[in-house]
Amino acid sequence: MSIFEYNGSAVVAMVGKNCFAIASDRRLGVQLQTIATDFKRISKIHDRVFIGLSGLATDVQTLYQRLVFRHKLYQVREERDMKPETFASLVSAILYEKRFGPYLCQPVIAGLGEDDKPFICTMDSIGAKELAKDFVVSGTASESLYGACEAMYKPDMEAEELFETISQALLSSVDRDCLSGWGGHVYVVTPTEIKERILKGRMD
Amino acid sequence: MGDSQYSFSLTTFSPSGKLVQIEHALTAVGSGQTSLGIKASNGVVIATEKKLPSILVDEASVQKIQHLTPNIGVVYSGMGPDFRVLVRKSRKQAEQYNRLYKEPIPVTQLVRETATVMQEFTQSGGVRPFGVSLLVAGYDDKGPQLYQVDPSGSYFSWKASAMGKNVSNAKTFLEKRYTEDMELDDAIHTAILTLKEGFEGEISSKNIEIGKIGADKIFRVLTPAEIDDYLAEVE
Repeated sequence: MSIFEYNGSAVVAMVGKNCFAIASDRRLGVQLQTIATDFKRISKIHDRVFIGLSGLATDVQTLYQRLVFRHKLYQVREERDMKPETFASLVSAILYEKRFGPYLCQPVIAGLGEDDKPFICTMDSIGAKELAKDFVVSGTASESLYGACEAMYKPDMEAEELFETISQALLSSVDRDCLSGWGGHVYVVTPTEIKERILKGRMD
Repeated sequence: MGDSQYSFSLTTFSPSGKLVQIEHALTAVGSGQTSLGIKASNGVVIATEKKLPSILVDEASVQKIQHLTPNIGVVYSGMGPDFRVLVRKSRKQAEQYNRLYKEPIPVTQLVRETATVMQEFTQSGGVRPFGVSLLVAGYDDKGPQLYQVDPSGSYFSWKASAMGKNVSNAKTFLEKRYTEDMELDDAIHTAILTLKEGFEGEISSKNIEIGKIGADKIFRVLTPAEIDDYLAEVE
């Protein structure tokens, strides 16, 4: 079993009309045993930038702490929040620093940029950025997620419809993956509010 | 004077609370050629005298105003070689920021990093302070900005400032002439008039240098032909 599959994870982000949604599963496992059903994979960097990290849970937590540190320092020095594109470049640089002993995570970054234009991207564990206009996926359930998103996604969805779509895509994909699941955690972010919701799916 | 007993070591305070080497560095700046900068409502202009030691010097090869990034320029008063070293360090810092964040460095951040370098040379062993004061002109998301950085490492944001030989006359002239809603072209005219005030000899496009940046966020050094046009308008 690959080290990326040790804990199990599923993360997905989608672009809507002047909004975005980012969702993850909640299972933390040690190979086949489920240890926790409330593991936080998505974190807020600031009101308009979120990062979801899939992969080895210890690296998920450590990398998140390092990124929050860097962003807080940036905020204090530059007296402004980081743009999502800038944050993605920073994550990419931090991951590549450990090129020969990498963090075993695949980040999914989602944010609202200038003029409330939604921005999403993903990268591999050594910082190769991949921008997308519609959706990005990562984790042990990524292959199912690709299929589900491709089928269910349509452009310019409003916040409520985007929530429904991303939730259905997430739940149906993790059902086909034994290492991820046990519910879902969805954030839908518009220029005016952040809506956080917990999904109840198949608890197995 | 008790201070002079403490002027041998940069890193020792004198009883009056000064670092005497920094005072001397400021004197070196004060005897350098005049330079000035003016922040307009839609851009910034910096200018300097370009007095060459002999008529045999190829004046086209001397460039006192330099780019730090495409949208930030700098001019100095004081020791030319020290200026070159600072420009090199600042350009590297700007490019490191760009490489990390894939975003051009904001003017305030670059000024702060440069000032930090200058401060390091006032608190280390075996080095001396830089003998230059810089005027940094830039245009970023916060609009047009003009900063002065001193050998001590302190920096200030100015609406208009001057440094070097004729500093007090130049500043008095600028205080009278400066208005908040000045446009870039007016600022260039005012800069030329200010330089003219303390100029020894005939002012021409061969013995002054002017750099400007407007809302297009591209810093440019004016060609001698362009300077001649502005000089003609000023007459």
